[in-house]
Amino acid sequence: MKALRNPYTVVLVLAAIVVAIPFIVSTTFYLRIAALVFIFSLAVVGLNLLMGFAGQVSLGHAGFFGIGAYAVAVGPTHLGVPSWVALLAGAAIAGLLAFLVGRPILKLKGHYLAVATLGLGILIAMVFTNEARFTGGPDGMPVPRLELFGWRARTPIAWYWMSGVTLVIGALIAVNLIESPTGRAFRAVHDSETAARTLGIDVSRYKLIAFVLSAVYAAVAGAYLALFDALVTPVTAGFLRSIEFVTMAVIGGLGSIFGGVVGAAVLVLLPQVLTKFHDYEHVMLGLLMMVFMIFLPAGIVPSLARLIGRKS
Amino acid sequence: MSALAVEGVAIAFGGVTAVAGVSLAVQPGEIFAIIGPNGAGKTTLFNIIAGIYAPARGRVMLGGEDVTGFAPHLLARRGLSRTFQNLQIFFRMTAAENVMVGRHLHEKRGLLPHLFALPSALRQNRETRQKAEELLAFVGLSTLADQPAGTMPYGALKRLEIARALATEPKVLLLDEPAAGCNPVETEEVDTVIQKVAASGVTVVLVEHDMKLVMKISSRIHVLDQGRTLAEGTAAQVRANADVVKVYLGAHA
Repeated sequence: MKALRNPYTVVLVLAAIVVAIPFIVSTTFYLRIAALVFIFSLAVVGLNLLMGFAGQVSLGHAGFFGIGAYAVAVGPTHLGVPSWVALLAGAAIAGLLAFLVGRPILKLKGHYLAVATLGLGILIAMVFTNEARFTGGPDGMPVPRLELFGWRARTPIAWYWMSGVTLVIGALIAVNLIESPTGRAFRAVHDSETAARTLGIDVSRYKLIAFVLSAVYAAVAGAYLALFDALVTPVTAGFLRSIEFVTMAVIGGLGSIFGGVVGAAVLVLLPQVLTKFHDYEHVMLGLLMMVFMIFLPAGIVPSLARLIGRKS
Repeated sequence: MSALAVEGVAIAFGGVTAVAGVSLAVQPGEIFAIIGPNGAGKTTLFNIIAGIYAPARGRVMLGGEDVTGFAPHLLARRGLSRTFQNLQIFFRMTAAENVMVGRHLHEKRGLLPHLFALPSALRQNRETRQKAEELLAFVGLSTLADQPAGTMPYGALKRLEIARALATEPKVLLLDEPAAGCNPVETEEVDTVIQKVAASGVTVVLVEHDMKLVMKISSRIHVLDQGRTLAEGTAAQVRANADVVKVYLGAHA
């Protein structure tokens, strides 16, 4: 039980899963799907810092995801910078935008913040759709392959390891943060802003830090997806994608790093499994999501942890 | 110099005067109680001192500095901390983590060491944890350190809030009805903690309904009625004051 309570256990478990999967499944089809799960997980781990720990909702994170994705498309294609530089620049731009927009937006609470972030996400997606000269407009544009020291990342197995290792590092950084004074300030703001202020916590500063960090996580994940797919369209940055991120975070369990990964896995894998149901695929998906929330209201991981805790 | 002084403070809400020119001075190391019947303005006065309301007139002085209208986080930096009548606990965190949040102002807040868990950040975390354990022992909650606060009994949470407020190393500790909702045993426990806090050199100012508790532990008592000072003095003096008996205690007789 003690190991379960150690916050770093989740990082070790994730690392073990990343290493183990290629031994269990070997077809590139499954490794491709696993890589997708890792990439979405990375974005959700970041979003969880904002929603699960600092308690601030965002319905616009696909916007930041899209900034990362278009950075690795536009940078090498139009500006001639290497993909990895474009990736870092995309993360920096997303962080900077979150910093600038976060100040005024994070004064809002609850539903109002939800609508404001929704607007931000839609705005970013519109820029990608309309600036057709640079972005290819609604059809999107191809993304040049990532090249590192003369090595080209093109096979699914390469992307499996890249995204898996990045996810483990992302989770490690998130856990470090949660267990630090900054993370405690996030959680304090979530539970009682009044009490947090009384203890000298600058509430708006910590909301902003969480917003910026989650935007950077989303941008890196977006860049990975674009490089992996070798294609980017405005759908990457779209409204539905934002909703998908929030759904992954909530279904897996807000405030649980492992929950974010489980939520991403469920939402990537379920549609694959449900293709059997043909026309009823989306109905089944919707129904299953409702069933998850009814029976595991705190999200899959926290609810199951509580059930197991009660039995032992 | 007084640890905390209120000078001619007044505030009105929509034409209704809640506090009408109250002055008081609390000496370092005192346990100073503010009492009064319902609607006397105790909570309003408390909120003015705690930086929730800015008074229309008058000043609040903290250790000789004018802090009138300062926001709570600025007051915390100047050595004023508080607890809440209806608990404001971080319910999703453990007891120890609640107190660790109270160390916020004494911790280095640079982001990079936190993100990468650098040795300096880990050392600081150990120190903060150590300090939190000491404070939990001080309020008698050592055994509950790693319990989620949401699962702790009410009386324990009252003491947890005091430990968390003490973690900021305040010069003045404001307690908003520390015994509200407590049973006699819990009240006794809170009472012991308050006396230990004062003995450690922290000035305590409290608003409280429980007369037995107030009379027992306060060095001085300030009685409010309808937004004005009715009397001030030791428990014996206040108890012997005819106005107080009539307006306050008489109301219950």
